[in-house]
Amino acid sequence: MSDSTPFSGPFSGLSRRGFLRAAGGVALAGATGAGLAACGSNTGRASGGSGTLQQWYHQYGEQGTQQAALKFAKAYKDATVNVTWTPGDYASKLASGLLSSSAPDVFESQLNIEYIKSGQVAPLDDIFASVKDDFTDADIKLNTYEGKIYGIRMIDDPQILYYRKSLFAKAGVQPPNTFDELIAAVKKLSTGKVKGAYFGSQNVITDHIAAYFAAAGAPIITDDHKSGVLDPKVIAAFAKLREFYTSGGVLQSAPTEWTDPSAFIQELVAIQWCGLWALPQIQKAFGDDFGVMPIPAFGPQGKKAVYNGGWTQFVNAKSKNLDAAKKFVKWLWIDQTQYQEEWSLSYGFHIPPRKSVAAKASKLQSGQAAEVVKLAGQYGFGDNIAFTPKMATAIGDAGNKIIRSGADPKTALTTADGVVQSELKRLFG
Amino acid sequence: MSGTQTTSAVPAAGSAGRASSASPRKRRVRGTTGAFWLFVGPFLLGLAIFIYVPIVWSLVLSFFRAQNTVVPDVFVGVKNYVDMLTDSAFLGSLWTFTLFGIFIVPTTYVIALGLAVLINRARFARAFFRSAIFIPAACSYVVGALVWKLSIFNGVRFGLANTLLGMFGIDPVAWLSGTGDFPWYWPVVVTARLWLQVGFYMILLLAGLQQIPNNLYEAAYVDGAKPGWQTFIHVTLPGLRTTSVAVLILLLINAYQAFDEFYNLLGNVPYARPPLVYLYYTALGAAQDYGHGSAGALILSLIIAIVTIFQARVLGFGKAD
Repeated sequence: MSDSTPFSGPFSGLSRRGFLRAAGGVALAGATGAGLAACGSNTGRASGGSGTLQQWYHQYGEQGTQQAALKFAKAYKDATVNVTWTPGDYASKLASGLLSSSAPDVFESQLNIEYIKSGQVAPLDDIFASVKDDFTDADIKLNTYEGKIYGIRMIDDPQILYYRKSLFAKAGVQPPNTFDELIAAVKKLSTGKVKGAYFGSQNVITDHIAAYFAAAGAPIITDDHKSGVLDPKVIAAFAKLREFYTSGGVLQSAPTEWTDPSAFIQELVAIQWCGLWALPQIQKAFGDDFGVMPIPAFGPQGKKAVYNGGWTQFVNAKSKNLDAAKKFVKWLWIDQTQYQEEWSLSYGFHIPPRKSVAAKASKLQSGQAAEVVKLAGQYGFGDNIAFTPKMATAIGDAGNKIIRSGADPKTALTTADGVVQSELKRLFG
Repeated sequence: MSGTQTTSAVPAAGSAGRASSASPRKRRVRGTTGAFWLFVGPFLLGLAIFIYVPIVWSLVLSFFRAQNTVVPDVFVGVKNYVDMLTDSAFLGSLWTFTLFGIFIVPTTYVIALGLAVLINRARFARAFFRSAIFIPAACSYVVGALVWKLSIFNGVRFGLANTLLGMFGIDPVAWLSGTGDFPWYWPVVVTARLWLQVGFYMILLLAGLQQIPNNLYEAAYVDGAKPGWQTFIHVTLPGLRTTSVAVLILLLINAYQAFDEFYNLLGNVPYARPPLVYLYYTALGAAQDYGHGSAGALILSLIIAIVTIFQARVLGFGKAD
């Protein structure tokens, strides 16, 4: 399931080939792009010709998703749509692909300001206006820049903490509201073979930066484009994380990352950070013996947090078939609501971003799935489009130094703050 | 030269009846030249398209603001280089990997040489041991790293390494992502690299050992040298000099170019991040910051070139024996 994980952020699974392509693509964008388009490309129909649209997806892990993408493409009558299904490092392949002559006309990704500044995504206000009220404010906000909307959300993937009710009852703990309570809980829950909690192994900071800041109650980047890294609440939160990781109640390493529920299902831990996508697997393993909760707040000024990952549909602003591409996107992600429900719930397990579609989805109306939907509505937040991979690396470095080697939080975060500031200066002047 | 004669023989026979205005000597040269380009041409073309053009283009990009584009128009001079050389994370990765090179190069060399000498002296099953030790070299670094990460050093109590430690009553170690004082990830990374590369260098050194004429050893014995250390130091090692220099240079370049196993074992962490992994995460991957990425890549190439030349000078690479 880990490869199906559509958490958004600058990092996803990467390969050496992907890296070499990106590096080689510096000079050989054309050739590289052609190679990429050829690999995994599958036309929905026999003939090509002019007016053909190229649509790129990353590889969803769930069975049947690729067939569904092909089915949607084939069902569209006004143009031929070629679907490229991209295994491996989609972010890097997309990055080099967008520079090539065989760039996709339509693609899924997560919005960042560079896409907009370099003209890689087209504004979609004209096709989006009629359904704007049907999308959540959060989904609109993370696809909007300077008043224009650039992407249509395809699926929402909230991240929560799963916990075993029976183990909580046995240890006499309640679902924690704050990190202090969480630290006390994981200590009590740790018994010989079972540890308290698993938040991930190597990506435990970089993948969760946004959530940690939200739980601290401070933005990474403020609304007026300033760095929030040195907010005292953030410094205190990272100190608390060090306490959490050295409490003895945390499983620090497991064969699979937090995106895969294996550590939880194999009963290595009582609490695991994961996403809605894992719910069917967890339900199968434990029946009713599990619950979900948001990431606890850091201290009284913090707040509980549910990070909303997901995927968004974009139109390449440099497409030769811009109008046809927009028309197709409107057809698939605005008009065909039955396909949107199918995409979210027939193969994997995601929340449809359209309120009207989500309301009809029976699978989301009972049990823990309903609880996740409720928590996402109550505590959910999305990405900041000004957050760059360089910022993620800098804050991740600081976090790793703090939690793993006990570095002074303020000193470590000051270095990260410098990087975030220079990135913001580059983006906003 | 026999090849030259053979190739020139064919046109000479074909044109036997024609006027002898062109001298056979000139024609022979042209035939050789044609054959040269025929054989070298495709490789040279590949080299130019896939190696030289990208290097030159990287050089161009490194002087531009190349964000989300490879045809930039904002010239920034040496700003990208200044940025990279004042970036503490990048400098840290260069320093870490100089230390890594200082450690891994001699270690691999000593182990590979030791195995080569042992196999060279094996009385039976030499081919078996040679193949058995070489096989890991045929394994991809990614696969090797995943085996290390997922089964041997996976950090849970039933991982292979932790099971062994458990037999001695030692608590499970979170090898790759712990919070303790000891850097447990280094043994993991170093053993993975040794397992993957020792076999290959052992084969090179074994070939070198077999090149040393036996009469040198006999002469040494006649002169009173004892078998063992004395002949190893005074006959074997000097006889291996050319091979050793090549092996050491290849090892050092490999150490600086480390990517796969670090990327797969550790990901984006500040403590053991090779320069290439850092560039991947902050510039050349999804970040699309090709200006800074190219500048960083060229700085790294320059360091590899300088260190290699220095090392070759010290060791006497290319000198006649």
